[in-house]
Amino acid sequence: MNLKVNPIACTGHGVCAELLPELVTLDEWGYPVIDPGPVPPALDRDARRTIAACPALALRLAKTYR
Amino acid sequence: MHTAFWYASRATGIVALLLLTAVLVLGVLVNRQGRLPGLPRFAVTDLHRNLSLLSVAFIAVHIATAVLDTYVHIPLLSAVVPFASGYERLWLGLGAISLDLMAAMIVTSLLRGRLNRVVWKAIHLLAYASWPVAFAHSIGSSKDLQQGWLLVLAIACAAAAAAAIIWRLASAARQVPRAARVSAILSQQTPQSARKQAVTR
Amino acid sequence: MTTALDDTANHDTASGGAARQAAAGLPRLLPQVPEDLQAHLSRYGTVPYRGSARGAAARGAAARGRAEARGATGTLIADVEASGLTGRGGAAFPVYRKLAAVAQAKGTRKVAVANGAESEPASRKDELLLRIAPHLVLDGLQLAAEAVGATEAHLYLHAAPGPQILRALAERAARRLDPLPVSITQAPPRFLAGQETALVNRLGGGPALPTFQPPRVSERGLGGAPTLVQNAETLAHLALIARYGPRWFRAVGTEAEPGSMLTTVYRPDHRTEIHEVPVGVPLNALLPADAQAWLIGGYHGTWLPLPEASNLTLDHASLSAFGASPGAGVLAALPADRCGLAEAARITGYLAVESAGQCGPCLNGLPRIAAALAELAGRGHRRQTRADLERWSGLVTGRGACNHPDGTVRFVRSALQVFVPEIDRHARGHCSATSKTPFLPIPDRRPITEQDWI
Repeated sequence: MNLKVNPIACTGHGVCAELLPELVTLDEWGYPVIDPGPVPPALDRDARRTIAACPALALRLAKTYR
Repeated sequence: MHTAFWYASRATGIVALLLLTAVLVLGVLVNRQGRLPGLPRFAVTDLHRNLSLLSVAFIAVHIATAVLDTYVHIPLLSAVVPFASGYERLWLGLGAISLDLMAAMIVTSLLRGRLNRVVWKAIHLLAYASWPVAFAHSIGSSKDLQQGWLLVLAIACAAAAAAAIIWRLASAARQVPRAARVSAILSQQTPQSARKQAVTR
Repeated sequence: MTTALDDTANHDTASGGAARQAAAGLPRLLPQVPEDLQAHLSRYGTVPYRGSARGAAARGAAARGRAEARGATGTLIADVEASGLTGRGGAAFPVYRKLAAVAQAKGTRKVAVANGAESEPASRKDELLLRIAPHLVLDGLQLAAEAVGATEAHLYLHAAPGPQILRALAERAARRLDPLPVSITQAPPRFLAGQETALVNRLGGGPALPTFQPPRVSERGLGGAPTLVQNAETLAHLALIARYGPRWFRAVGTEAEPGSMLTTVYRPDHRTEIHEVPVGVPLNALLPADAQAWLIGGYHGTWLPLPEASNLTLDHASLSAFGASPGAGVLAALPADRCGLAEAARITGYLAVESAGQCGPCLNGLPRIAAALAELAGRGHRRQTRADLERWSGLVTGRGACNHPDGTVRFVRSALQVFVPEIDRHARGHCSATSKTPFLPIPDRRPITEQDWI
């Protein structure tokens, strides 16, 4: 599973970068840059918490495809 | 003769009003991407959420003690069905309305991950109806809040909520409409002002 | 066959048309003279619906034998797969996969859309096709609709429908040729209006703004129904594959990328022409190699240096060596007397204001990239600007809901590579151009209000 952001929903709150710094950093405008690889199993719970914490509901876990 | 339940209901009601005011202010702070000094961003979102759940706990005790109190008869049903109590029908009815609105918000927020974003947001906007109704319920049903330092407290809550709501409305009015956002950023791009500026949404 | 865009009245009589079309050569899509329905049916025969009575008759033994000789199999989707047809709207996605996705999607309601909104200001091929060969596109729309089980059909156009398309639809209605009535929806003059999800939003009555995928429109599109969106030219090819079979389609083009395609060619003398060419045609057959540079693939395409690129051919395999692809067939040869930087900056400014402004990276990145490129095209630039450009280009790629930022960055990066000498000249305050006349077309109107997206 990969962590993906809906860039239309995302308004750059930046909570995700605080809760999951291993996979998310913020660009110079405050929007998340997410590691494109699959979420490591050790971070799975943190990733789910981060998804729940996004104020804009802009994060989701997606199957790795294509 | 007022019982312990009666006083407990009054007290938990006052605490609930304080908590709900804080929740409203924090909610606007989340939306405006504001920070609490010295705390990370997720503290604002977590505090908003946790205080809202705490206020539910206080409201639960507030209602339970009111129902259990024998000084006046308040049926449990009147907590959710407006205007179903004989005692202070209007003011308790407002409390029930506020609680119903809050219940919708809490339930949809607990199920956030499964709901459509637009639907969740629409219901969450009920907060702007729920708080004033809760405030009216507090002032109207409690003589305590109508005098002395509790009145001062009530006015302070109203002022905080009003400030938050005005801030929210002003931001919405100032917001650059989507079709104008790119032009807004383009016009900022002069060689002198090539700094980092993000157009907020 | 070439059609100069100012000259729509070629007066050859279309004799022996059917035989000529059935032969492998070109032209396939563009008739010499705009054809009415009668001429269209005389040339190509009736619309070969598979499920109709006519189709059943066609599946008699002799007809099956003839069909197999053409390489045709049982279903249109299988024929399209065998033909190797890819989308002609720019993305070159295998058509059979889109057809199969919609055909297999769950739902009783399905939608088929002919996308005639080519959106790229420099592309004029779909407009021409719809003007002089609308019946091919409309045949293709109905055939594709039948293949996927669509219950509604739409045509999406940039301008208000012209008399030709309205007449074509009226003729078909009079003959009861179309199982599905075709609703026409007008697209706003926006660069993103032809994007799949923006198209679906517009058809649904909203603004032509992209939405985030998944779900893909083939799963959940217009009104939540699985929606097939195909470029107008793609449907024209499909209409011919349905009649002549996959082997006929593959008779031109390359093995990996078969068939023909329409190109919009911008010559250095400002003539604009539409050519139908085999995929894989040498670019120097269409563009002069003594130009300053070539632009392949339109405003989301790639600048190519000359003479290094002069032997490339118009197919992905050849162009990918330079990071380019055919796109929707817009090809331009920049005259030697223009400033390539200024041209690129002008187009990038256009691409920036055409951003939907919905996604933070695109909204923030594209205007800054455009301003930086304009600074490079001016006299002297700050040392920081080139580094900023490269950083911002990396920041916007892949971070939008659609590929507008990616396409723009590809255009910009290729310009920065091809026009390096010019950048250095401008840094010293000079410019090698002797003419400031803009070369490639940019519409005047910028989107200012929400209404400009509807």
